[in-house]
Amino acid sequence: MKEILSGNEAVARGAYEAGVKVASGYPGTPSTEILENVIRYENIDASWAPNEKVALEVAIGASIGGGRALATMKHVGVNVAADPLFTLSYTGIKGGLVLVTADDPELHSSQNEQDNRNYAKFAKIPMLEPSDSQECLDFTRLAFEISESFDTPVMLRTTTRISHSKSVTITNDPVSILPAPKLERNASKYVMLPGNARVRHTIIEERLKKLAAYAETLEINRSEMRDLSIGVITSGISYQYVRETLPDASVLKLGMVYPLPLKSIREFAGRVKVLYVVEELDPFIEEQIRASGITVIGKEILPICGELTPGRVKKAFGIASSEMQTSVQLPARPPNMCPGCPHRSVFYALHKSGAYVTGDIGCYTLGFMPPLSAMDTCICMGAGIGNATGITKVLKPDEQKKVVAVIGDSTFLHSGMTALLDMVYNNSPSTVILLDNRITAMTGRQENPASGFTLMGQESFQVDFAELVKSLGVRNVRKVDPYDFDDTMLAITEEMDRPETSVIITNRPCVLIKRTGVFKRGTPQKVDPETCTGCKACVKIGCPAIIWQTDSGLKGKAVIDPQFCTGCKVCTQLCKFLAIKGNK
Amino acid sequence: MNNSIVTNILLVGVGGQGILVAAEIIAEALMLAGFDVKKSEVHGMAQRGGSVVSHVRYGEKVYSPIIPEGETDILLGFELLEAYRYLPLLKRDGKIVVNNLKINPLTVSIGQEAYPEGLSDRINHFFPDGRMVDGVALAKLAGNVKTANTVLLGALSRLCGIDEKFWVSAIERMVPGKTLAVNRKAFELGRSS
Ligand SMILES: Cc1ncc(C[n+]2csc(CCOP(=O)(O)OP(=O)(O)O)c2C)c(N)n1
Repeated sequence: MKEILSGNEAVARGAYEAGVKVASGYPGTPSTEILENVIRYENIDASWAPNEKVALEVAIGASIGGGRALATMKHVGVNVAADPLFTLSYTGIKGGLVLVTADDPELHSSQNEQDNRNYAKFAKIPMLEPSDSQECLDFTRLAFEISESFDTPVMLRTTTRISHSKSVTITNDPVSILPAPKLERNASKYVMLPGNARVRHTIIEERLKKLAAYAETLEINRSEMRDLSIGVITSGISYQYVRETLPDASVLKLGMVYPLPLKSIREFAGRVKVLYVVEELDPFIEEQIRASGITVIGKEILPICGELTPGRVKKAFGIASSEMQTSVQLPARPPNMCPGCPHRSVFYALHKSGAYVTGDIGCYTLGFMPPLSAMDTCICMGAGIGNATGITKVLKPDEQKKVVAVIGDSTFLHSGMTALLDMVYNNSPSTVILLDNRITAMTGRQENPASGFTLMGQESFQVDFAELVKSLGVRNVRKVDPYDFDDTMLAITEEMDRPETSVIITNRPCVLIKRTGVFKRGTPQKVDPETCTGCKACVKIGCPAIIWQTDSGLKGKAVIDPQFCTGCKVCTQLCKFLAIKGNK
Repeated sequence: MNNSIVTNILLVGVGGQGILVAAEIIAEALMLAGFDVKKSEVHGMAQRGGSVVSHVRYGEKVYSPIIPEGETDILLGFELLEAYRYLPLLKRDGKIVVNNLKINPLTVSIGQEAYPEGLSDRINHFFPDGRMVDGVALAKLAGNVKTANTVLLGALSRLCGIDEKFWVSAIERMVPGKTLAVNRKAFELGRSS
């Protein structure tokens, strides 16, 4: 059938067609929609794991059990899953295992733009890189075949422009016969003690050689000979930009970016006058080509930072681009916390309390932005609590009190729990605010162990954070309603003052949760223009529903957009003049 | 429309305006009409009131899913400031259709910055043939304010040179049953506006 599919939808379809039994992952842009689409297909057990390491370990288990398994994550997720990944390379697989890494050149929604092609070389496993949705589907299927033929995990690398672009894709029927999974012991292969692992390492080096030979014959590494004065080696999305901007150039398109078909590359190099590598981010292909003694031009003309675009490729090759210039400075439009977002009042309270906030990743990272401006660090998921512990270790007691870590429910379950255990075990006096909005909101509202549901829509339990935190050894645990501003402010100031680890848990759900009965909309609020003095106290919380009218009264006045207002009443409590009331 | 060249449509606006769905319908209609189609956008941070951009390209064979800088043929603006922001990506002889609507960025809502004045005049200065559409008013006329994106689709549809039946089937495929009738109406109002 012919359909327009996104790269992520096509990977999901490819996994289905390949007969995948188990799919596990952790959400992360741009990878999230793969698993969200896998659940459309029958006979695949798909689940959100609490983090990427667990996701990969679940996939490894399924593979050892003999089923085909898929693990999905964003590029930084592979850092979390790296520990099992490197040893999985040694054990190899039983059922085919494919790990999808969705990279984010240009940092559209990430904290770094690391190039995960380096993982393939580092872990000594093959990597495929599709250039459009059709290839996402076909390469996913092929990856499972390679995995089983060479007894290796295979990485499939996409980038944002592949994952989130749609193109016309032809789908096929699923493969018909795969061996039925069953338990079989093979300890020398799967128990990686030094004696066994030493043996496996030599096997892995042999495997790499075989894969390199296979790369020479692989159809997805293909040369397209056109004008011989320019030859370009490229892969992934860069291939499309090369075809777009240098339509006459000869191209060696690599579908497998590790290991490289060096013989074919040498042959291609011999046929063209000048050889280029066009690749995003690191000179990954370029360095290997150069190391084998072939002259090539790459990062001398192409940027290492950011994604490529047709315009950037044109610029590298000295072709004029037709972009117009306008010099006007326009107001930017960054994303904001939603009206009614339960994170808002917490960050306003932190701002007022003068706290030094070690932050973390989630919607609440938007608390960094003005006017809330209440986040001082954000490194990676789960980092905030450990950072707080470390900072307090170097500060004097009165300074230590200022340190507050904030963390969301999904992030806490991902990698915050162990850091909190360290904080209380090693006796740091910091305060931790657990922003429990009952969902993984930032990536588009995925279920997690705090939401009470699974990816496949089954009802599950809800983690009881207060009990969890107490059992880790925290004695001072209190819950607050973030819609009650005074109580939130009081809890924060009291706990900051306490010379022991303490945890504050907020209890309001994300306003975007669609399931009925979770988030309840209140009465939209209204500003009485007669009473409003124009003091601007309400606009300091940065709620998109509150609009400042410059031309009203002497100083200006606030109005509330009843379409946007969810009736959380945080602004109502901040108005000393009682000008904000329920809209009747 | 000449099949051997690629036509580029850029949709710009504010998160929550239904831009991604509109782009989806356009891509579907063009595929039904027999073109190769690619569409690209960035999810994630784009939600929550941020600026949203979607690229749709069609022709006999399309390579890059994003439009080469400065080669947009048609700019479909769902909001004035966003339309103005992306003008530099439009070809000098490109076409522009803009929803006559202002949505304040947060810095403007809280009085830190001003919403630029006279944007529609400035757009008209660069692109005298630019069309302003009153999407909200027409959507209300169709029976639901939320169909403003479909009104804009209707206005755009006249510039794409494919038969109306492809638009109708694309809308039928992509729009949930209970709002189909209002959306069809909104599309018609936009198309004849
Ligand atoms: C290792 C890693 N995996 C995934 C992500 C993508 N990601 C960013 S924030 C986030 C979860 C946020 O959920 P939560 O902590 O509950 O906060 P909320 O957005 O709900 O406020 C995810 C999955 C990431 N940045 N790093």
